[in-house]
Amino acid sequence: MARNVLVLAEVRNGALRPVSFECIAAGRSMAEGGPVTAVLIGQGGSFAQELIARGADKVITIQGDHLKEYTPDGWLGALHNAALEAKADTVLLGHTGIGRDLAPRFAMRNGAGMVSDAIDVKVEGGNVVFTRPIYAGKAFATQVVKEGMIVATIRPNNLPALEADSSRSGEVADMAAPAADLRTVIKEIVRKAAAGVDLTSAKIVVSGGRGVKSADGFKPLYELAEVLGAGVGASRAAADAGYCDYAMQVGQTGKTVTPDLYIACGISGAIQHLAGMSASKVIVAINKDPEAPIFKVADYGIVGDLFEVVPLLTQEFKALLG
Amino acid sequence: MEILVLLKQTFDTEAKVTVKDGRILDDDVTLVINPYDEYAVEEALKVREAQGGTVTVVSVGGDRVEEALRRALAMGADEAVLVEAQPGADEFVVANLLAAWAKGKAFDLVLAGNVSVDTGAGQTALRFAEAMNLPHVAAALRLEVAGGKATVHRDAEGDTEVLEVPLPALVTAQQGLNEPRYPSVPGIMKAKRKTIARVGAGELGVDVSARTEVTSVFQAEQNRLNKIIKGEPAEQAKELVRLLRGEAKVV
Repeated sequence: MARNVLVLAEVRNGALRPVSFECIAAGRSMAEGGPVTAVLIGQGGSFAQELIARGADKVITIQGDHLKEYTPDGWLGALHNAALEAKADTVLLGHTGIGRDLAPRFAMRNGAGMVSDAIDVKVEGGNVVFTRPIYAGKAFATQVVKEGMIVATIRPNNLPALEADSSRSGEVADMAAPAADLRTVIKEIVRKAAAGVDLTSAKIVVSGGRGVKSADGFKPLYELAEVLGAGVGASRAAADAGYCDYAMQVGQTGKTVTPDLYIACGISGAIQHLAGMSASKVIVAINKDPEAPIFKVADYGIVGDLFEVVPLLTQEFKALLG
Repeated sequence: MEILVLLKQTFDTEAKVTVKDGRILDDDVTLVINPYDEYAVEEALKVREAQGGTVTVVSVGGDRVEEALRRALAMGADEAVLVEAQPGADEFVVANLLAAWAKGKAFDLVLAGNVSVDTGAGQTALRFAEAMNLPHVAAALRLEVAGGKATVHRDAEGDTEVLEVPLPALVTAQQGLNEPRYPSVPGIMKAKRKTIARVGAGELGVDVSARTEVTSVFQAEQNRLNKIIKGEPAEQAKELVRLLRGEAKVV
């Protein structure tokens, strides 16, 4: 059954987010011959060609001063209109700050079922079957939307994107912005300089636990992360002890991450923490205690003092990556 | 200030998750208030303590959910309501039931958890806001309520956004918003004497056909290499980098 797919394309720090390309690729597999449309909200058409090269058949742009920054009221109206225009029966968003905030309201407005945080999508006998982690990765579930519109958010960095093909062509259309009564007023946005790489979509995560001993103890971890282009996370013990913000916490009551490489420094490996990171492709553990449970889930372990080992690792990676 | 808290009962986060015959076993598991919802209850109590009013907690589910509601009462909530639902209710159905129950009642502020630690879907509270036509702010790290407005600091992928919304509004709690209190002994005694109101899903007259279905539940095998790298720290670092590049191919 051919489907009309709509993908919300997101721009962050002046570039399209890779998860938007991953959504387009997932959309192509679900469309079964139907069109895949990408919508850019609050952005001009300068990104449209890149979306087409990555597999979109059509790009809708919706611009307006009130859409430049994300607000639920402004963007929900815009996404809703784009879905009507594209006659979408399948709507995909990244499981990002914006996607998580917008998709449930969009689904409710359409009386639609939604699958959150999908890590895999397959079409089986005409049905779209999503796989998603539950209990923060202690288990997984497959889930389908039984009837009506399909809405889903796709976890960044889990599904493949299509290679850019600049020979592809597609239509770009500008739509008028819907009138919106924005109830939310943005007073201020405080950007965290230190947390430059978003944890949930980072390819590499360097995390610290109780073993970092203080807020300053995170310094060598940040230095390693900088060389690797990695995000910096933490265990609940480190956050509870006040060594870092809760925003950095990885675990069942924090963020769930699935990077290619997870480097756990001074983290014992409580079940709460393992839930949030055990789906990482490769896990490295650095801990003084050879009995720490983290070593049981690690691919590579170093029994040693993180304050000695981590700076040496930073040096080695610097030499390797130049 | 009339405050409503949407509450879900979940597994204790330290509980072991066991899958048998395609479902999660919950018979011997300690169930608790979803930790994020507990922040919502605490915040509701703080707002009430500062401004007066009542705190009502509402949940959807079966008999066991009464324990969680009773705990919220013991923390200090004034009233508790259980909307009875059949197993298999998805986020669409739960939000529809909550909204049908809440319609016509005048709440100034609705609080809920940002996400539940079991399904992790993060849909129900925002769906409820949409069904009730309320503005929302998700993942609050700080909340101030004054002059018919809520000022909220929210976590947006590591950045902090400061937003202002007119009341009534829905705000979801992120970890770090507060430190939930433990119920006091008098609080527990008082909660025991309270009645938890029950509402049958049928009485609410809304669409309760689930839009989604979980078709299987499984656990992934953890096949890890468990290689311990020996030697002096400098050798260990060199060897680890070599393995990550040559063997694991992740850098």
